[in-house]
Amino acid sequence: MTSTDITDGGGAAEALLSATTLLRFATAGSVDDGKSTLVGRLLHDSKSVLTDQLEAVEHASRSRGGEGPDLALLTDGLRAEREQGITIDVAYRYFATPRRRFILADTPGHVQYTRNMVTGASTADLAVVLVDARNGVVEQTRRHAAVAALLRVPHVVLAVNKMDLVGYAEEVFAAIAAEFTAYAGALGVPEITAIPISALAGDNVVEPSAVMDWYGGPTVLEHLETVPVSHDLAACHARLPVQYVIRPQTAEHPDYRGYAGQIAAGTFRTGEAVTVLPAGRTTTVKGIDLLGEAVDVAWAPQSVTLLLADDIDIARGDLIVPSGDAPPTSQDVEATVCHVADQPLTVGHRVLLKHTTRTVKAIVKEIPARVTLDDLSHHAEPGRLAANDIGLVKVRTAEPIALDSYADSRRTGSFLLIDPADGTTLAAGMAGESFATTDRSAPADPEAREGDEAEWDF
Amino acid sequence: MSAGTGGAAQGLNDSPYALSHLDALESESVHIFREVAGEFERPVILFSGGKDSIVMLHLALKAFAPARVPFALLHVDTGHNFPEVLEYRDRVVERHGLRLHVASVQDYIDRGLLRERPDGTRNPLQTLPLTEKIAAERFDAVFGGGRRDEEKARAKERVFSLRDEFSQWDPRRQRPELWQLYNGRHAPGEHVRVFPLSNWTELDIWQYIDREKIELPEIYFAHEREVFQRSGMWLTGGDWGGPSDAEPVELRTVRYRTVGDMSCTGAVDSDATTLEAVIAEIAASRLTERGATRADDKMSEAAMEDRKREGYF
Repeated sequence: MTSTDITDGGGAAEALLSATTLLRFATAGSVDDGKSTLVGRLLHDSKSVLTDQLEAVEHASRSRGGEGPDLALLTDGLRAEREQGITIDVAYRYFATPRRRFILADTPGHVQYTRNMVTGASTADLAVVLVDARNGVVEQTRRHAAVAALLRVPHVVLAVNKMDLVGYAEEVFAAIAAEFTAYAGALGVPEITAIPISALAGDNVVEPSAVMDWYGGPTVLEHLETVPVSHDLAACHARLPVQYVIRPQTAEHPDYRGYAGQIAAGTFRTGEAVTVLPAGRTTTVKGIDLLGEAVDVAWAPQSVTLLLADDIDIARGDLIVPSGDAPPTSQDVEATVCHVADQPLTVGHRVLLKHTTRTVKAIVKEIPARVTLDDLSHHAEPGRLAANDIGLVKVRTAEPIALDSYADSRRTGSFLLIDPADGTTLAAGMAGESFATTDRSAPADPEAREGDEAEWDF
Repeated sequence: MSAGTGGAAQGLNDSPYALSHLDALESESVHIFREVAGEFERPVILFSGGKDSIVMLHLALKAFAPARVPFALLHVDTGHNFPEVLEYRDRVVERHGLRLHVASVQDYIDRGLLRERPDGTRNPLQTLPLTEKIAAERFDAVFGGGRRDEEKARAKERVFSLRDEFSQWDPRRQRPELWQLYNGRHAPGEHVRVFPLSNWTELDIWQYIDREKIELPEIYFAHEREVFQRSGMWLTGGDWGGPSDAEPVELRTVRYRTVGDMSCTGAVDSDATTLEAVIAEIAASRLTERGATRADDKMSEAAMEDRKREGYF
């Protein structure tokens, strides 16, 4: 990629300042699919690489004996990554266009792919899955689709790369897009947009391709700029995990007692009847402080402070919900987990479970299955999960927790399992049913799949 | 499949529930402050008087209002600070009734525990006073204003970053960070560095300062200053050892994009005397703030990573 024609446009600067929404997205791709080139192209063609960064890359490329600037050096931030020429860990990148700001979780496809992609996908509104047009949908592609589906990333982009190496042929693209869409759709991915690109030549990444006139859709960047980021909050169950109790105890505010937290889902209004879990006491919302400003209504993901009508015992770890719309509280958790640590998770393991702002002791009672992401088959009762394994677990907690299904809420349906001995994050958990909870290696019942898709709601 | 349609529900961007990017970032940072307040015993905010730490403090003030910020401040004083910045620091501490800890590089040099570098740069010397202060005060969570957009090693940093008893960062042994479930577990002697501004960019910081009308030290705005050139940067002379006889002093109209040790923080030529003008300049700039104004990052390709490994913030 040539990369010297960075121009400064005063007009571009003006426009940049008008961008007001934020999209978080993650990229996933196998080693040689051209992910670094795509990321480099997005950053470079959107003029997000600044002169000194480019000079540093050019300098480093030259000192390694390279001819042109190696844009992978833009994204490989660690000494070990540059030395080995691979990406080890998730990196976050920031860029903006006149229409939107972007936070990109750049996840390596090389090693430890599952936990890294899970990390990137957990906060993403969109995932870009890259495939090489010459190879089509391969095992790794199916894993990426499965992780995006499991983490319930709302939008998936299939970027069919290296179209220049297949003669920009429409039928090659169409066949890959159809195969991927069928696979990912069956897993429950709600929206899939397939785009034929050449990251190297720049086709359909930022600029529309001059050679693929048969493609009438958006470029990758255009799609990123226009995909919706807010969800229909009215349909969400309102949830506020209490983070911290604010009690100034000053002359000015002698009786102020506020329950601070970030609204995890839905909306809260003054005057609304609410219940505090797990104890189950009920009161009403007397006031809402939005960082110092009184408001009548607040919604996810705003950080707020709720003032309640009655003085009841509430502490960090409690969950405030609308009365009549409470999740069940239970000490038995069934979930799909991605194991993210090097030390294994075993049946009988004593762990800590962190759910929203609440951390409780727990024990792993059962590991009913390890799921093979390639074909979604189940390996029953594996006894343990190792790094990057996806599996099903049953966990018993020492105290009741108010857990939603992950399908209903990514925020209140997710949890961590933590090793109490050294604090290691062992596993990322998603409560309730997922595509992984049933063994898919056998031919699936088409009607059951329909049912799964209908439950997508967040 | 919706190939070719560019997404079905574009109208949702106009949802009354959509948050602006600044509101989204603010909400996320406040959540991080409150998590730390809820889970740690002795947190402290690293405060340099620079714009990032000023925004950090502003967010902390909002997070706990109308109560006080439940954290102290810690300033690592290199001994080569801009006087305007020290004055600002003391004013802020006074106004908000905060407690200030100071870790002094000069003090370490005077006691013979650190030796001045030949180039006069004290940035790398900050690490020892910082880490010893953390240990002595038993701080278990240390907020830093680092942003991932600043530097490629920082792009790899977690929001909660576990440090061992020597304050070392090991990028290969970082905990995966999932959803907004931050894991702050640590053993006695270890601590967690917390970066609530991880996802902010330089432009976000400036736009937020403008929106919230946050006061800044005046050196961030264009003013006439006696400076001299060294390694391509305009530096302010002083007791720290500049300029040499071969470095003529000029009177120029400049401002600072970052605030750090005087020996390695460069000024940029600028006419921007208002926030609006500064923002317009930043948006049009083709240089990153560190590339434009920090000498210490130019020492090697991995300068920041190496310093972070040793315990730098």
